[in-house]
Amino acid sequence: MTVVGRTLKAMEVDTRILGMVGALLVIWIAFHIWTGGLFITPRNLFNLSVQTASVAVMACGMVLIIVARHIDLSVGSLLGFLAMFMGVVQTEWLPHLFGGGDGPAFGHAWIWVVTLAAGVAMGALIGALQGYIIGFLAVPAFIVTLGGLLVWRGAAWWITTGQTISPLDANFRWLGGGAEGSLYFWPSWIVGILTCVAICFSIWWARRERRRFDFPQKPLWAEYAIAATLSALVIAFVATMTSYQVPSRAAERVYALRGWEVPEDGAHLVFGIAIPVLILGIIAVFMTILARRTRFGRYVFAMGGNPDAAQLAGINTKRMTLWIFVIMGVLCAISAAIASARLASADNAVGTLDELRVIAAAVIGGTSLSGGRGTIFGAILGALVMQSLQSGMAMVGVDAPMQNIVIGIVLVLAVYVDQLYRRRTED
Amino acid sequence: MLKKLMTTAGVVVMAGAIGSSAIAQDELIVGVSWSNFQEERWLTDEAAIVAALEAAGATYISADAQSSPAKQLTDVESLIARGADALIILAQDAESIGPAVEAALDEGIPVVAYDRLISHPEAFYLTFDNVEVGRMQARAVFEAQPTGNYVFIKGSPADPNSDFLHGGQIEILGEAIEAGDITVVGEAYTDGWVPANAQRNMEQILTANDNNVDAVVASNDGTAGGVVAALTAQGMEGIPVSGQDGDRAALNRVALGTQTVSVWKDARDLGMAAGEIAVALAAGDDPTGIPNTVTWTSPDGVTMTSIFLTPVPITRDNLNVVVDAGWISVEELCQGVPSGTVDVCD
Repeated sequence: MTVVGRTLKAMEVDTRILGMVGALLVIWIAFHIWTGGLFITPRNLFNLSVQTASVAVMACGMVLIIVARHIDLSVGSLLGFLAMFMGVVQTEWLPHLFGGGDGPAFGHAWIWVVTLAAGVAMGALIGALQGYIIGFLAVPAFIVTLGGLLVWRGAAWWITTGQTISPLDANFRWLGGGAEGSLYFWPSWIVGILTCVAICFSIWWARRERRRFDFPQKPLWAEYAIAATLSALVIAFVATMTSYQVPSRAAERVYALRGWEVPEDGAHLVFGIAIPVLILGIIAVFMTILARRTRFGRYVFAMGGNPDAAQLAGINTKRMTLWIFVIMGVLCAISAAIASARLASADNAVGTLDELRVIAAAVIGGTSLSGGRGTIFGAILGALVMQSLQSGMAMVGVDAPMQNIVIGIVLVLAVYVDQLYRRRTED
Repeated sequence: MLKKLMTTAGVVVMAGAIGSSAIAQDELIVGVSWSNFQEERWLTDEAAIVAALEAAGATYISADAQSSPAKQLTDVESLIARGADALIILAQDAESIGPAVEAALDEGIPVVAYDRLISHPEAFYLTFDNVEVGRMQARAVFEAQPTGNYVFIKGSPADPNSDFLHGGQIEILGEAIEAGDITVVGEAYTDGWVPANAQRNMEQILTANDNNVDAVVASNDGTAGGVVAALTAQGMEGIPVSGQDGDRAALNRVALGTQTVSVWKDARDLGMAAGEIAVALAAGDDPTGIPNTVTWTSPDGVTMTSIFLTPVPITRDNLNVVVDAGWISVEELCQGVPSGTVDVCD
């Protein structure tokens, strides 16, 4: 074993994830050269982070579903339906409800919260329905969600008979990022620093727990190295995001909106972390804890590893299935909010083919379709790899059909390499 | 029992058919075969067709194929049986409607291909001119921004209309592009006409050109929505952007000034023309004698008598057109528009 190999082993780093990060870097550098130095810039990385958010949020849920040996083909259509539903709630129902007798109250401060809550509730309800049919009525998930793919896309059309809903509520639109939907300088750094603190704390906590149960400890230097590397990555990310200037006209708009006083030398503002990316971060942490640190998560992996054994061991796999799909429905609602807010309108084509992007992200990220294996972080990385390819090709002017060909090939290649890797490491 | 019921039903239907053909001797009957009447827009078309037929003293009968090409075949047969003197067909499928059209023409019943092509030399093709839509989009953008960096956000690569539109756009802008007044800095198809795809493409083109973009020729209102969202994030909203369809969201953008033009194809014009043409053909007029007809060769080489209606470019200056037509309410059109900027909104 080489020095590098020994070091990585001591740090207990997943070399598979490391390989993916490497592949991502290769893609980035290739596009950076191809575009003449435009790809690895704060602006483009900010774009990428926002463009990835919606698919990545859903991919977090898809990991659980695939790990439990199910599949969800309905997420794209469900996203479309929920986006249209929330569109109607925020532009037609709530303004009239809040406005009372004084005519519609567009832009009311509570609209976005209630809309999001309604969307999440609707998503959970639909998820529960699909999960019930799959878990309790034992109809295969492939069939139920294939039906869902047709049903929800059709339902999305019915809501407004195909009319695009626009403009969406001004506050709701912050969920989609853009000049108004960012954390700017200080809040971004506060989030960054808190993240670093959380990383150090979790490493310290894990070390304490291992000692408590007499598990083998990592060498102390390895703990420091991991903490330092992860914190450096977070700081580099925040530094990159906060070095992207908001164009002056958009900055003036934000100043006027927030009622800030414009200094004499003009309105200056940096984007910082976009709100959809912050949402993705929170969901990723939550889902990782759920998958790795709770009984629920362990049951999901047990179900995927061997469903019969799991059931015999007393796991209520039917109820588990129901809950997994409820989680997926909730995440679809959040994705729908991000996707429609970003577009500043809800149209019934939003989310078209997203089911394939989401499944591909999970699979490229190392989720095994035969169940029992997958990580949230890997799925997000998978989504980022796909989005990098797509955005990079759009940047250099590769046409849409060719983009699809490339992404299709990469998907197959990624899974092939993954299997080679597993065969080598597991033998 | 069932058999008996069915026989009775058959007799009733036949009685109905005899009844209608009795009327046919007095006045003309025009049959309309819809592909899928559940789509909202056809209600507008139907009202216009009925109005045109009433004005000419003809009777309107119709059938809805509910998106099934097979049902449309039997629909056409039953319309013929009910005594139609002319047929207006909105084809669900341009190819599989062929036998039904043959059957009608064999009986001497003229056929108007409504909005969608039916490749048959004796059918009369009535639609809006898609190449002209492209020209109008380019013209409106060109007027607002005669020089500088242009971006083309085209339609779905799978839809032949995307290239018709782009062809029209280039007809107008080609000269300025060759002269070097206009530089094309980005051009992308939009997979499936999905607005989110148009937004992503626009973001990448803006990044690649460091925001040095002066105008965007987008092929429809959905893609224009994606483009405007991308521009707004960069504080660039307000540069010329084109579209088509007269989507309510887009007309609101035109009023707000974030979209320059939405080329509007008024369904009522199409319905009105179809009704008038059908009556003329049913009365035995020569198709080529109808005003504004042209001889047109379809992509698969069939020569047809056709009329291409001219759409209306809707800009900030003529928004009253869509309001007067009842296409959009003033509240929807003017949401968020500051007073004193658009006449219709004040």
